[in-house]
Amino acid sequence: MTTAEKKKPVEKQKSDVILKYLRPKKKMPHVWCAGCGNGIVMSAIIRAIDKLGLSKDEVVMLSGIGCTSRMPVYLDFNSLHTTHGRALAYATGVKFNRPDLKVIVITGDGDGMAIGGNHFIHACRRNIDITAILINNNIYGMTGGQGSPTTPSAAISTTTPYGNAEKHFDPCKLAEAAGASFVGRSTVYHTPQLEKMIIDGISHRGFSLLEVVSNCHTYFGRFNRRGDAVAMLKNFKETSVTTTKARKMSPEELEGKRIIGTLHEDDKTEFCDEYQKVADRLQGDK
Amino acid sequence: MEDEIASMAALVGASVSGAKAMTATSGPGYSLMQENIGYAYITETPLVVVNVQRGGPSTGLPTKVSQSDTMQARWGPHGDYTAIAVAPSTVTDTVTETIRAFNLAERFRTPVTILLDEVIAHQRELVALPKPGEKQIIDRVKPNVPPEEFEPFAKTARGVSPMPAYGEGYRYNVTGLTHDSMGFATADAEEIKAKMDKLRGKIMNYTSEITKLRVEMMDDAEIAFVSYGSASRAALLAVALARNVGVKVGSVQAYTIWPFPDEELREYCRSCKKIIVPELNMGQIVHEVARVLPPDTEIHSLQRYDGEILTPMQLLEKLEEVM
Repeated sequence: MTTAEKKKPVEKQKSDVILKYLRPKKKMPHVWCAGCGNGIVMSAIIRAIDKLGLSKDEVVMLSGIGCTSRMPVYLDFNSLHTTHGRALAYATGVKFNRPDLKVIVITGDGDGMAIGGNHFIHACRRNIDITAILINNNIYGMTGGQGSPTTPSAAISTTTPYGNAEKHFDPCKLAEAAGASFVGRSTVYHTPQLEKMIIDGISHRGFSLLEVVSNCHTYFGRFNRRGDAVAMLKNFKETSVTTTKARKMSPEELEGKRIIGTLHEDDKTEFCDEYQKVADRLQGDK
Repeated sequence: MEDEIASMAALVGASVSGAKAMTATSGPGYSLMQENIGYAYITETPLVVVNVQRGGPSTGLPTKVSQSDTMQARWGPHGDYTAIAVAPSTVTDTVTETIRAFNLAERFRTPVTILLDEVIAHQRELVALPKPGEKQIIDRVKPNVPPEEFEPFAKTARGVSPMPAYGEGYRYNVTGLTHDSMGFATADAEEIKAKMDKLRGKIMNYTSEITKLRVEMMDDAEIAFVSYGSASRAALLAVALARNVGVKVGSVQAYTIWPFPDEELREYCRSCKKIIVPELNMGQIVHEVARVLPPDTEIHSLQRYDGEILTPMQLLEKLEEVM
């Protein structure tokens, strides 16, 4: 943040930061429902990038298909709105060709965990320096509320009208097991923590999976009697516990709770760095 | 990458960030790539994909020869677009056609398919590799306007919009949704039509830059073999042998099979009453030949689809049969 910006009144400064990163031409209004958590995540990303002092030119933001995947289109970065589930594979091509760029992938639970599940585990395995922000609202929102891989058992969706008979994925556990070197979880209620997690995720060298639990009150909330957007956010507040708090809690106390914060971090070597080592070794052999 | 879907995705990512990118596959892998090849068509992303054809459908004949993906190279992904595909017939051709494929991809901002026959991919032949600087190399045109004036998919005099790489200061949107000249999704009928016309026009208005044929003994030919890939090798030998005994036969070999060389074929075959189209499939390009040539031309399809090559003897037998 520059000195000039610091002098501005607090309220003005907040909205200025958001406006600075919205695409100047054409793209509003957005497609999201009133009260959707996507906007909260988008503003947290903007604040994080602004605090990190990244230039707009060095950020590449990619996405696949779905409500969340519209986000890069609204932001003034290099944006690649790709095919359903494939954003991480496109991002791998961008990052591998230009390791100097900051590559951020916006995905959802349908896009990232179902059709994109294979690319997800392999991006984690390679530990390529990509920040994947997975906005998990437990349902396919754009296409009419179909069940996704994170729809809880017994939950109602358009495709599970009598209750979901499947088990659900935990994206964070999946990412850690597959080799991601940074894994964090937040919700759209915990915005300061969300912003910090995004800063940590982008700063981390290696694959970062940031799960953001969000509300689709239009479908998931309505089908499952979770109330409106505000009621769902309140529920996120009540059912989430921080990693610090969780360490002091018994398994019984943790039942039905969601742990938020940095869930995993390690320093295994990043894929582009590792590849460069191979290239250097071969050139040294000549 | 983990699979062919991911390979094609990574290729697009590499290309929009400034690299010249290529991948190679065979049969089922080519089918898997189609979704993201479609993305490259609509986003006008240059890239090269090699498909070493095998018999199919499905896993089919993994190490056997075929030419059965010619229509897939034209119509692989869903939707409307115009495709470029080239078909080498020797190992030396493969070198020249790969260079040409990259040049065409960069010139026209589009995916280019190199269709190889398994026998050519596995063949060992002497090749004189070109020296650096010996071959013309085309690079995509970069914008020369300030970023605030940049219109990423603007209509231009040569049909193709300048293409910056990510990180060069031109922050623009790339999407698989049908988009306007700024790269934003559109539902406006006029803008949709303009985009679709651009995808077709940028290639079909410049076919003379793309078409490449090898024409042998066609000046006085009454019968012609029209072929591509490995079948052309059989055709050349068959023509030489038949000419030895006085048969007025010639050969037209298409190096560019898409866009199909309509006018050139009509011109070269103008004295021919009979055409033989030898192909390692159940008859694909023969329909294009029939579409192009005058209706009174006798068109004969010589098909082989048992995993073996077409031999000069087979072509000569067919020639004798139709004479």
